[in-house]
Amino acid sequence: MTAADAMSNWDRFVFTFFNADIAMKYGWEILQGAGITILAGLAVVITGISAGFGLAALRAIGGKPVNFFIIVFVDIFRSLPPLAIILVLFFGFPNIGIVLPSLIVLWMSLSAVLAAFAEEIFWAGITSVPKGQWLAARSTGLTFAQTLRYVILPQAVRLGIPPLTNRAISITKNLALGSAIGVNEILGRANSALSMSANATPLTMGALLYVLVFIPLVIASRTLERNYRWGEH
Amino acid sequence: MEQFGQEFLNLDVMAKVAPFLLQGLLQTLLLCSFLIPIGLVSGILVMLLTTSPYRLLRWPAIAAVDFFRAFPPLVLLVFVYAGLPFIGLRVPALVAVAVAFLINSASYYGEIYRAGMVSVPKGQREAARSTGLSATQTLLYVTLPQAIRNVLPDLLSNTVELVKLTTLASVISVPELLHSANLARSLTYNSSPLILAAIIYLLLLLPIVRLIARLEHRL
Repeated sequence: MTAADAMSNWDRFVFTFFNADIAMKYGWEILQGAGITILAGLAVVITGISAGFGLAALRAIGGKPVNFFIIVFVDIFRSLPPLAIILVLFFGFPNIGIVLPSLIVLWMSLSAVLAAFAEEIFWAGITSVPKGQWLAARSTGLTFAQTLRYVILPQAVRLGIPPLTNRAISITKNLALGSAIGVNEILGRANSALSMSANATPLTMGALLYVLVFIPLVIASRTLERNYRWGEH
Repeated sequence: MEQFGQEFLNLDVMAKVAPFLLQGLLQTLLLCSFLIPIGLVSGILVMLLTTSPYRLLRWPAIAAVDFFRAFPPLVLLVFVYAGLPFIGLRVPALVAVAVAFLINSASYYGEIYRAGMVSVPKGQREAARSTGLSATQTLLYVTLPQAIRNVLPDLLSNTVELVKLTTLASVISVPELLHSANLARSLTYNSSPLILAAIIYLLLLLPIVRLIARLEHRL
């Protein structure tokens, strides 16, 4: 291969994946998709984690029938692929008269999945607090609710933060699945720009935007893991 | 309620599409049969790099792992499948799935093994080396087995995630279980095929999820 050939290959690569003209043309469009991804991501994290926390607290208080339903919910949503849940809500529910916008379907599906994982993580935290703490707290005169609120839950939350961060990141990344049901998030917009421009640059931009959104979180989770490492027992 | 049953739990439709979905299931199992073993092994290689005593190996490896953990697998898959043909590299859908998901799962497995290695006390390695075991022997017979034992629930749970990940292949029309179910849904105008697929996923994964929950609470 001559030097000129190598050069033209390199040019072709740049033209295809890092094309400045295409980037200018579709950049704003895709950036707006990032806005949707970030807002939807925040909504999923807030809903999913609060619901998971609520379910775990309920399981600590609750009687047998309540716990049974919580366990069934958690197991099912930990086992089902998110895309399967999304397709059922998006394609199935309109046929029984429940039409939900694609963004709402995406938010509900991922929130339910995150809630299931968060419940499991908080519950593991609650059960890992030694029994003696319950007994000691109760014997100082705290009520059951106070013990849960001031003694047990704070420790459970602290224990759960590193795995919860990892889980929240990997579930929020599934927002890209929205492109399969027509949500205008990053991947959806990059895909349509790709077919309109017949150039791969929009896809490169979409990928880089996703990485840009998530890499601070990934690095933060690494730091959290170091700082919150539970002592050997 | 009747409408709900007709739409989601229609046994006639389920019976009709079952053979078709079974084909999809075989494709899913085929995907898993190479993604899981290769992911498990390449994760160990990634861990060896990210825990290497040489900065020149360790830092780029950690950066790559973080990069690919921030990269949504579907975006990676679409990038490999739809992006590479533009520079003349037309890859079959199955190869795109293999490449994208192996990069993704090797990063995740690698991090899990690393957490396991960190949890093995330093003295173990030192003691093993001082008895005359080589570095490789120490890894294979002393530290790695303990590391794996310590993170077994996480390894299992990542494997469940990997099986669930194969559903994304449906987006690029690999005829795996969810893709078959969705195709059957559009042909029958009924969602029962999707529910049948969900039931199959539950049968496949629920026992493992239960096992993980038990392992986690025992530890």
